Amino acid sequence: MARPVNEINAGSMADIAFLLLIFFLVTTTMDVDSGIIRRLPPPPDPTVKPPDIKERNVINVLVNSRDALLVERQPSDIKTLRRQMHDIIANFSNREDWPEKRLETIEHLGEVWVSRGIVSLKNDRGTSYNMYIQVQNELTSAFNDLRNEMAMEKFGLRYSQLPNEWKEAVNKAVPVAISEAEPEDVGGK
Amino acid sequence: MARFKRKGKGRLPGISTASLPDIIFMLLFFFMVTTVMRETTLIVKVKVPDATEVQKLERKSLVSYIYIGPPLRSQIFGTESRIQLNDRFASVSEIQNFIVAEREARDEADRGLLTASLKVDQETKMGIVTDVKQELRRIGAFRINYSTRRRIDK
Repeated sequence: MARPVNEINAGSMADIAFLLLIFFLVTTTMDVDSGIIRRLPPPPDPTVKPPDIKERNVINVLVNSRDALLVERQPSDIKTLRRQMHDIIANFSNREDWPEKRLETIEHLGEVWVSRGIVSLKNDRGTSYNMYIQVQNELTSAFNDLRNEMAMEKFGLRYSQLPNEWKEAVNKAVPVAISEAEPEDVGGK
Repeated sequence: MARFKRKGKGRLPGISTASLPDIIFMLLFFFMVTTVMRETTLIVKVKVPDATEVQKLERKSLVSYIYIGPPLRSQIFGTESRIQLNDRFASVSEIQNFIVAEREARDEADRGLLTASLKVDQETKMGIVTDVKQELRRIGAFRINYSTRRRIDK
């Protein structure tokens, strides 16, 4: 017959662990900080002339104090902005007033057409932050769409599935060119 | 007819709770590892906008936060959006000093990688945000992040 083994009562250990657990549960913040990452341009140097950029290569996006959009002097809508920007940047139809493209040889990709378009985003002081972020988001997604298309065409994979080396090649072929224009004081608060 | 067995003479052994602490400890370690202590108390209301194209911020230790939003105690401080740095309200001109102090607190090698995360309430007007961005440009803090929540479309 086996003798009953005297077990140490570990029940209270759970209580101690619970105490600690509840402490960390309360203090924890699970939110991972995420957002739209941007690089600000250095302040303009008055001695250096700004580079000449052809009129057709600049895609003007304006957001006014009533959160209305103007793209290339035409009223636009946030819902169609993504598609519209995608078409303008890529300029498949080779329109004269849309950005020009240059044939470049990029490692891993071969010869590709690289758009010279730069999105110039201008906002008013009275624009709501939410609208501004939505516009930024749509612009980013337009560029991401272009990258995805390029990745699909060349490698048959989505951009996010590519190895880093290929990603860089695609980045070179589709650079995210969003420039935030120098703020101007218009409209007031 | 089915018969139920009466509880026999043999003593029913109690369920061993010895593994319970292990389970709790497992949970505990999970929370200990994932936890980030809240270092600032918010005095402005910040409800960040949604976006679909969000990226995660790498290396949390190299992020400085700038909060902009309407004050929580609007009876005293009004409803106009204000800037919060650390634990207090700040004016636009204090941003530069804040960034300098944040840089000082980091390792020398990492100073160039400091990212300013703008946690801005979605109702805020762009004017104040533009001012902050201009200050950041002047002090050379070019890496910024517009903090947003992830929204899943469709």
